[in-house]
Amino acid sequence: MEFFKNAVGRKILMSITGQLLIIFVIVHFIGNSSIFLGADGINAYAKHLHDLPPLVWIFRLVMLTGVAIHIIYGIQVTLENNKANTKSYAVQKHLKATFASKTMIWTGLLIALFVLYHLAHFTLHITNPEISAGVAANFDALQRPDVFKMVVLSFQKGLIAVIYAAAMVMLFLHLSHGIQSFLQTMGWNNDKTRPCFGAVGKVVSGLLLVGYVSIPLVIITGLLKL
Amino acid sequence: MSEHKTMTLTLNVWRQKGPNDPGKFETYTAKGITEHHSFLEMIDVVNEDLIKSGKEPIVFDHDCREGICGMCSQVINGVPHGGQERTTVCQLHMRKFKDGDTIFIEPWRATAFPIIKDLVVDRSAYDTIIQAGGYTSCHTGGVPDGNTLPIPKQDADYAMDAAECIGCGACAAACPNSSAMLFTSAKVAQLAALPQGQVEAAARVKNMVETMQACGFGNCSNHYECQAACPKGIDVKFIARLNREYLKAQFK
Repeated sequence: MEFFKNAVGRKILMSITGQLLIIFVIVHFIGNSSIFLGADGINAYAKHLHDLPPLVWIFRLVMLTGVAIHIIYGIQVTLENNKANTKSYAVQKHLKATFASKTMIWTGLLIALFVLYHLAHFTLHITNPEISAGVAANFDALQRPDVFKMVVLSFQKGLIAVIYAAAMVMLFLHLSHGIQSFLQTMGWNNDKTRPCFGAVGKVVSGLLLVGYVSIPLVIITGLLKL
Repeated sequence: MSEHKTMTLTLNVWRQKGPNDPGKFETYTAKGITEHHSFLEMIDVVNEDLIKSGKEPIVFDHDCREGICGMCSQVINGVPHGGQERTTVCQLHMRKFKDGDTIFIEPWRATAFPIIKDLVVDRSAYDTIIQAGGYTSCHTGGVPDGNTLPIPKQDADYAMDAAECIGCGACAAACPNSSAMLFTSAKVAQLAALPQGQVEAAARVKNMVETMQACGFGNCSNHYECQAACPKGIDVKFIARLNREYLKAQFK
């Protein structure tokens, strides 16, 4: 299929999978923000999610496919671009390209590494077993797995909080270019909307950064505790 | 006769004997340059001196010297065409520089634009892209009556904005990915906006993008360096249009 090898075809696939991931990141944040309601909030949310096993697995498969396409094409396209560009200017001044736009491959790969860590931490309970391994057996008063306790104990550790915050900065950089980029790639623009794309991208990614970082922040500062 | 204040500049110029020569920077002093010299005229002055002292002059491309031919493939101080908005090298004047300035002059650098000599690059890859579909096939019989094919004013303007491209190569030279997407999209968008372009629209966009890739240009990742470097101010909205045209072509 020519579409999957084409410069624009792959760009559109990067864009669509990127949009899927952005929707996930937004929904994931809305779900996670139930932690501000205390143990009752997030434990109920976690239980609801896991009470839908077929849906959970369909969702996981779709996300896995989307992530795989996004990463494989991201690497492939970057390698091609490096081959096309001799990178041999003695002096080069960029007029429009930003730090974020030039580092998409690196912020992307760092986010992928973080996702692996995040799964090992909260889903598979491999890292910090002293906190999380017991969670499955560690039920709250309503016999729900005590996700609240796991999250609070984790983020009380400075190193974990810093890793999460740093990853969210990577996500911010990636999305501050990625959001306006997917709008341009899909061609969802006209002369009035296009100048706003950059601002929309920065505002949305900025809000996500503040939102996500606020969780370890309120825990490490002791505003939210067990 | 009025007296001009003259400038003395230090030039670091890329010298390369041929396509396979590794090439290197040579330093020259440009003396007696007035603010009225264009950038190319300034190199002419330096070349006069080089010729008089028995050295080989700096080889550079130029044709019209009025900003419309797109031959002068020079990156000046890190920016294609020198960084003055909507200006080609021949229309860049020395009044933009100060006495004592050091200037770096390099050719376009992209795998698809191999260097022929010094500041001259082979830009024929752009012709190859045009040959892949940047035209309309039409009967060349009798001249049609005026207004038999009405085209709305805004469509004509849009097409003209895209048609302003002079194919100089600054977009690919500026692009961190060496992508020729702005050039390709300008032609695709121009013809897609006009009734004459509809017949071959789907094949055109597919063939031109494939040819762009085959020529060794990179993929567009929306840095927008191209628009900033373009001496004709071609808008990246044409790239978005190309993307739409490409999607549309999948269903034809």
